[in-house]
Amino acid sequence: MPAILVLADGTKFRGYSIGIEGNASGEVVFNTAMTGYQEILTDPSYTEQLVTLTYPHIGNTGINSEDSESHKIFAKGLIIRDLPIIESNFRSSCSLSDFLVSEKIIAIAGIDTRQLTKHIRMHGAQPGCIAAGIFDEKDIARNANEFPGLSGMDLAKVVTTDKEYLFNEGEWVLGSGFESIKNTSYNVVAYDYGVKKNILRMLASRGCRVNVVPANMPANEVLALKPDGIFLSNGPGDPEPCDYAIKNIQTLINGKIPIFGICLGHQLLGLASHAKTHKMKFGHHGANHPVQDLETGKVFITSQNHGFAVDEKTLPANLKATHRSLFDGSLQGISRTDSPAYSFQGHPEASPGPTEMSYLFDKFINMMIKAKKK
Amino acid sequence: MAKRKDIKSILIIGAGPIIIGQACEFDYSGAQACKALKEEGYRVILVNSNPATIMTDPELADATYIEPIQWQVVSRIIEKEKPDAILPTMGGQTALNCALDLDKHGVLKKFNVELIGASKESIDKAEDRQKFKEAMDRIGLASARSVIAHSIEEAIQVQAGIGYPSIIRPSFTMGGSGGGIAYNREEFLEICERGLDASPTNELLIEESLLGWKEYEMEVVRDSKDNCIIICSIENLDPMGVHTGDSITVAPAQTLTDKEYQIMRTASINVLREIGVDTGGSNVQFSINPEDGRMVVIEMNPRVSRSSALASKATGFPIAKIAAKLAVGFTLDELKNDITGGQTPASFEPTIDYVVTKIPRFAFEKFPQSDSRLTTQMKSVGEVMSIGRTFQESFQKALRGLETDADGLVEYSNNIDEIIKELREPGPNRIWYVGDALRCGLSIDDVFQHSKIDLWFLYQINDLIQTEQEIKRFSISSLNTEQIFDVKRKGFSDSRIANLMGCTEEEIRNYRHSINMHPVYKRVDTCAAEFETKTAYLYSTYEETCESDPSNNKKVIIIGGGPNRIGQGIEFDYCCVHASLALRESGFETIMINCNPETVSTDYDISNRLYFDPVTLEDVLEIVHKEKPWGVIVQYGGQTPLKLAKGLAKQNVPIIGTLPDDIDAAEDRERFQKILVDLGLRQPPNKTARTPEEAIMLAEDIGYPLVVRPSYVLGGRAMEIVHEQSDLERYMREAVKVSNDSPVLLDRFLNDALEIDVDAISDGVDIVIGGIMEHIEQAGVHSGDSACSLPPYSLSNEVQQEIVLQTKKMAKALNVIGLMNVQFAVQGKNIFVLEVNPRASRTVPFVSKAIGRPLAMIAANCMAGKTLAQQNMTKEITPPFFSVKEAVFPFIKFPGVDPILGPEMKSTGEVMGVGKTFAEAFIKSQLGSSVTLPKGGKAFLSVRKEDHLKVLDIATSLINLGFKLVATKGTAGAIKNHGLKVEAVNKVAEGRPHVVDMIKNDEIDFIVNITEDKRAIADSYEIRRNALQNKVTYYTTIAGARAACVGMNYGEELNVASLQYLHKTSS
Repeated sequence: MPAILVLADGTKFRGYSIGIEGNASGEVVFNTAMTGYQEILTDPSYTEQLVTLTYPHIGNTGINSEDSESHKIFAKGLIIRDLPIIESNFRSSCSLSDFLVSEKIIAIAGIDTRQLTKHIRMHGAQPGCIAAGIFDEKDIARNANEFPGLSGMDLAKVVTTDKEYLFNEGEWVLGSGFESIKNTSYNVVAYDYGVKKNILRMLASRGCRVNVVPANMPANEVLALKPDGIFLSNGPGDPEPCDYAIKNIQTLINGKIPIFGICLGHQLLGLASHAKTHKMKFGHHGANHPVQDLETGKVFITSQNHGFAVDEKTLPANLKATHRSLFDGSLQGISRTDSPAYSFQGHPEASPGPTEMSYLFDKFINMMIKAKKK
Repeated sequence: MAKRKDIKSILIIGAGPIIIGQACEFDYSGAQACKALKEEGYRVILVNSNPATIMTDPELADATYIEPIQWQVVSRIIEKEKPDAILPTMGGQTALNCALDLDKHGVLKKFNVELIGASKESIDKAEDRQKFKEAMDRIGLASARSVIAHSIEEAIQVQAGIGYPSIIRPSFTMGGSGGGIAYNREEFLEICERGLDASPTNELLIEESLLGWKEYEMEVVRDSKDNCIIICSIENLDPMGVHTGDSITVAPAQTLTDKEYQIMRTASINVLREIGVDTGGSNVQFSINPEDGRMVVIEMNPRVSRSSALASKATGFPIAKIAAKLAVGFTLDELKNDITGGQTPASFEPTIDYVVTKIPRFAFEKFPQSDSRLTTQMKSVGEVMSIGRTFQESFQKALRGLETDADGLVEYSNNIDEIIKELREPGPNRIWYVGDALRCGLSIDDVFQHSKIDLWFLYQINDLIQTEQEIKRFSISSLNTEQIFDVKRKGFSDSRIANLMGCTEEEIRNYRHSINMHPVYKRVDTCAAEFETKTAYLYSTYEETCESDPSNNKKVIIIGGGPNRIGQGIEFDYCCVHASLALRESGFETIMINCNPETVSTDYDISNRLYFDPVTLEDVLEIVHKEKPWGVIVQYGGQTPLKLAKGLAKQNVPIIGTLPDDIDAAEDRERFQKILVDLGLRQPPNKTARTPEEAIMLAEDIGYPLVVRPSYVLGGRAMEIVHEQSDLERYMREAVKVSNDSPVLLDRFLNDALEIDVDAISDGVDIVIGGIMEHIEQAGVHSGDSACSLPPYSLSNEVQQEIVLQTKKMAKALNVIGLMNVQFAVQGKNIFVLEVNPRASRTVPFVSKAIGRPLAMIAANCMAGKTLAQQNMTKEITPPFFSVKEAVFPFIKFPGVDPILGPEMKSTGEVMGVGKTFAEAFIKSQLGSSVTLPKGGKAFLSVRKEDHLKVLDIATSLINLGFKLVATKGTAGAIKNHGLKVEAVNKVAEGRPHVVDMIKNDEIDFIVNITEDKRAIADSYEIRRNALQNKVTYYTTIAGARAACVGMNYGEELNVASLQYLHKTSS
């Protein structure tokens, strides 16, 4: 089945369909990670995005029951060079293509993804539309143009959980699967702005009783849960329109309860502290990004997925930079000087990507221990 | 942390001669290290015995010692140069072992030299099998169940707990030397015995078999601040059981989920931390059970390696260069990633958007008696790498880049039994048998059951086989764009498509060009296009957009030599690199085409542009089409580009230097004979036969003994000396397929002739002799296998003058522009021309190092229009010291092979020894090739009847040197008659105790064993093989033995001198 990708600027790429028939518009971004397509597709942060994976063979290990980061595919569409003939991995339970079809996703393969990546690098992330099956190219081009873009779009409220729930699954271990967490020591409330499961698992494995709550739960209700710590999750879209979240966070930063934010959560902590965010040209999406811990000077290879960033120049006096990207010098981590609150722009929960930033989770636990002692 | 200021000078230890398991990759890493450290202002001192390396170019270091890499010699260099530090991680196992020796013998302490890049403790921990296993236990990583043994008895005892098959790995050896897989007790004992001997610490690791598990490699770099990055993951297509060096490997890893990959990533970093690799690159090997993902650590190398060279080329991240800088204190974040023009730091992990395939190249045809089954001991002599946007494209490009007459997945067999055997017990051609199996209707699952090659790869290969069936149904008259684009995208070569369709390669090319279908070129940029790159490191693929962006500069393309093989190796790569450097310097834009990942030529830093593509007519023509060069050099990369010359000329490609037609005139027997007759020069009587019958008839005319060989070969492939008609008949029957197109050449063999090699340069008008080399072994031993001396050590001045004259005449007659190599045989005052090659020869780097002028560079400039006079190269340089080149052989890796020298080349590498006298240079050449000349003891002599007189002076020398003599009866008689004391000993066939018993009992210290005809060779095989195995110094030629006596007679201490000093003395 033929498929086409049309960008808002009119650029066209022809390939074939590996998902269902139809068309899908979104912001076209590229991710340079060579592994982890299952995690990427199911990461809620990709809502309203058409993801290009730069590694040519995608689908090599199929899809398994353990590696999804949420209950479904959140990416709007998938763009790859080649879907391999067969998947091969002992954990695989179905092929990528079957998964895409069962999840009703539009996806295109067979295009020059390197050229597309260069195009995005040079002209910036932009709207696009993938069409599969029978389509009129003019319609597709119009669709691409009509996609409003992510700036100003509050997607956290779209993808967040509608009711709060307890999460007690620990990290995955080769050979034994997910740990089941029985004993917990810390009561953590996690705001779900589009949370990845591995974040919750890493908290659970560290002894947290994780109470996942909707993005718009008011601060007083959260405080009523008597949290030892509050977690601000990752998520899709522009942080700026999430005024409800920003307001809640401002209330929760009270000099006592430790707060830890990741990705969108990081941006929201920044906004709540009166720093500013901006949309990046094509963002950071990959698993090879060097980030320096400004305190120790040590460099970490991190997993990244963001199109918006906190502007370091706008940091107020009570917010200090803790991490910086060595690719472009952009701000990667902040910490409040007046309250136990800190956040990280990349993905310390990895999944996919290197796991070496996990110390940020340990830091959260240590903060809670310290706060409890007080 | 910035660079260290407390050290000022650093000694880099090279890897020595090219051997199996240690090839050009260490020239690549060593050259990078030299440049990187010099760039930082350190005084760089280098030792390497291999003259054919770029790293030993005098410009690369401040003091370059072409000396044996042996702790005693290196200790003299340390004494003289007083380096502050030694970097031992660039020269493979050789350098690491030398560093350990220097430490063990107190040299480091005595001269207060620090090891940088690796500590003694970390080397020990990584290389000592037991310590490594314990270290892995400490960090919670599983290893294969294993036990350690230090003797045969212990081995038998502990093996009981492991069961069969079991893997035997000797400690501290490289390329799995001496190891193997034992399926039964007999094999077990044999391998253990060999392994104990091979291990310098007499230690074996006996390990549970993980045959059939998947194998992976991770290339890790770590700095002094504990920043760790993975440069590349590599998945072996051949599962466990085949040495990684002999496996087809693919980057990045294909069949790991992110979770599994991250477990391996974290584990490999933990391994470096635990072993204590504080700075630099290492590789860690893992095995994974495909059933349940169980992961086991196999081993690690605390240094740069063959796979780090591969990883550097596969990703564009120069591991050795970075590792050298980390060793002097830099951290990764302080270093730039060159390929993105320094926009990004070196502290990141390369991500690639293509697939890399490496396929090893074997040389079993050179060692017909050897077992060609692949095991845990490496047996390949070279490798090819290719880059494609998909596995299929990359894989098929690699297949054709191998140059084994396979332009794709060609048919090998349709015999099911043979196919299944080849799948189960892999040999060098297993991958083609996989194709055959699928063609013959074996199911993919069957192929998997037999081979354990992961289904992911098998399905890809099966798709290629099915596509081949489709291609067979194509017709040239009704081809369409889509059809051809689809198959080109899968990596099919024009010639494979043509063969399948039953048309010619040219027809396919013409069709493609008629619809304007050309490959596009994409860049290797370490970052999957996330950042811009100006570095022109390119590969071809069939996609939409080309990133080549060629300039309008005046450019020269240099065609490289492809994978290493016996007869074509690093020497030719050296020449290609020199051509590029020289022409860049002269203002040209240079473009390299090559597909050998081990080499310096495929370092993207060397040429202005690098096309990492197979060296075939199709691939080269496409690059020429894209680049439109001013000139193309085909005479530097050995036979590979030379074979393309005619095809390129036909397409009007501007070949510079000696014209293809003149090259042909030198290679074509009859044309060349005519030239010699016109010039009044002599050749040994010779004829060309096109049928076996004709050969027999012509042989009668010429007279026996004869040298016979097929025309157009390199490295003396299938070349033999035959003594009588029955020999010739056998040869025609077994060794060659003679036909009109591939005639057999018959030459009168010149008994007891000296062989002379000459390298010369011509600018078309003037001709200058680069060097005259006198071979030590007599004519009849392949020139690549004989030792030689520059200047000649026994040749009269008169003969030398005549040789110069003749060389110049031939250069003129052949209109040579560039390099030329001539081989002469000298019998008394008679000079015979054996062959002329108007191209770079294997000896060019040796001569250049000996005389202090870069011949290949000068010749490249001649090809581009400069005169010799303009380059100040107007007369021959005769250095005031001797340089001896000695060949190095892989016999020890091939059990069952007779280590005898003959007309077919068998050496893999070479060393150079320099001395004030011939004797000193010769001893060093022997030391460099790991031959220790004994200081007395018992010498065993066994020579042919015709050599009975010639052996007398050797016998006399040996007695004077304090040896006691033993000899076989005939030889003993001759010696006794001469009045010398000798003891007679039985030949093997004469009953026990015989000489082999004595060798095995360590009673013999020196062996001279000369045989010639087939039967005698078979009789004395045991002597040579046991000598090799028991490390007894042996010579199989009178001339070699004589030189050894001269060497042993050299009583003084060996001096060490740098090339820079030597060259000053000769200019």
